[in-house]
Amino acid sequence: MTEEIIIAGFGGQGVLSMGKILAYSGIMQDQEVSWMPSYGPEMRGGTANVTVIISDERISSPVLTRFDTAIILNQQSMDKFEAQVKPGGTLLYDPNGITHHPTRKDINIYRVEAARLAAESGNPKIFNMIILGAFLKVKPVVKLENIEKGLKKSLPPRHHNMIPMNIEAVQMGMGHIETVNQL
Amino acid sequence: MSEIKLMKGNEVIAEAAIRCGCDGYFGYPITPQSEVMETLMLRKPWEETGMVVLQAESEIASINMVYGGAACGKKVMTSSSSPGVSLMQEGLTYIAGAELPCLVVDVVRGGPGLGTIQPAQSDYFQATKGGGHGDYHLIVLAPASVQEMNDFVSLGFDLAFKYRNPAMILADGVIGQMMEKVELSPYKPRWTEEEIEKISGDWALTGKKKARGHHIVTSLELDAHRQEVFNEKLQRKYREIEEKEVRFEKIHCDDAEYLFIAYGSSARICQKSIELARQEGIKVGLLRPITLYPFPTRAIAEMAERTKGMLTVEMSAGQMVEDVRLAVNGKTRVEHYGRMGGVVPTPEEIVDALKANFNLKP
Repeated sequence: MTEEIIIAGFGGQGVLSMGKILAYSGIMQDQEVSWMPSYGPEMRGGTANVTVIISDERISSPVLTRFDTAIILNQQSMDKFEAQVKPGGTLLYDPNGITHHPTRKDINIYRVEAARLAAESGNPKIFNMIILGAFLKVKPVVKLENIEKGLKKSLPPRHHNMIPMNIEAVQMGMGHIETVNQL
Repeated sequence: MSEIKLMKGNEVIAEAAIRCGCDGYFGYPITPQSEVMETLMLRKPWEETGMVVLQAESEIASINMVYGGAACGKKVMTSSSSPGVSLMQEGLTYIAGAELPCLVVDVVRGGPGLGTIQPAQSDYFQATKGGGHGDYHLIVLAPASVQEMNDFVSLGFDLAFKYRNPAMILADGVIGQMMEKVELSPYKPRWTEEEIEKISGDWALTGKKKARGHHIVTSLELDAHRQEVFNEKLQRKYREIEEKEVRFEKIHCDDAEYLFIAYGSSARICQKSIELARQEGIKVGLLRPITLYPFPTRAIAEMAERTKGMLTVEMSAGQMVEDVRLAVNGKTRVEHYGRMGGVVPTPEEIVDALKANFNLKP
């Protein structure tokens, strides 16, 4: 099993930390992982993306242009990464702020209204965990218990009291995914 | 087995330095390697092992602080990225000329000039051919994973002290910024004064004792003939390093008709290109130089006898390709594929370049 994922959105949406939690969860189940961010002048409001690879085998290139899954969280990223999903692959997006919805017919397309759900729950910070939950619903590459372990590893101990809230957000995402196009 | 962690290459450099008993780090921030000093400052090793971490006023100051520490037999290092390493070249040639050990980490970015902050491998010439003035070499290690960022800190210091010569870890923005699994090395204590006396007592500035004469650390010798004798000694050292310290990795070479030659992150990308090309029936392998100086000349020459062609893949206009051509000496065709200015090649375009250069039909 090798899952090659791009997570792309605005800086400040939790794109990089979501990728890190996913990668740490992969380690928790003895898999090989890599996490390669776009780096540079991106800060809050600019674009940010990260390539995460989880595999049973040694990972070759950490830098990719074809992905099994694209998780897309803003229009700029949709314009750039929709075309980079492998045929038969998966695109997951939040429709919030998307004006040009994905049109490909040769990939699975799902959406989750994570921004709305997070706002309604009164805690916008859980946005990325809702997205992560929706992703795991369609691509169960890591187990929920390993997400919990991954959170323990990637969060400083003073934030460990927030882990249950994050797990609830993952479960919320799992329950609110909508199918747009299924092969 | 120690704990497996998920860390950035740059963070691992800092952690490995503390764990291998490094005495001092002197640096100046620059993207894409600022996490090295950031991690050191967060870890506060001066409270734990007594290691000094100092942000100098410039790269020139940093390398000269390294020069001073090295002269005292201490395990000292710095890190920077391309423009900063250019500033350090004067210090490096003095350190090489004074035959002192130290470790320099260069997380390369695109040039020339201030260039870009994105990954590149366009400082191969500077790293492997000397970089500053005079006939000298650094020992150059090229990590291709976060694990090797850990392993090469200790290896770099070992080689530097074994040969009394500066060693360099030549990484790039990809290896510095990416996170991977890493098994950190166990802690080694810093050397005591007695241990330094034992290891480097015949040259280090450890305080004049009654039992011995003065130790003088200098790269100056005004008598041309004596300076030539010194240069001959340096050259003998480099021949010994070339004989004993070559390191490389071969991947899918056994049945390979064509060969990629690539180091660092390019070597990782080429491994994906191998997967793609072999799906199309193209038998291609990879020879990855791990030491760039000393260069795996003999291993490449041997492969030239049994391959139809070689493609070097570098994030540069073609620098290592010159050393590959010297190694191959006309026995097989050697072509180059590269991207410049901070652009990272894709696995697909490398396969296309292989096919285009050697007229391979899919």
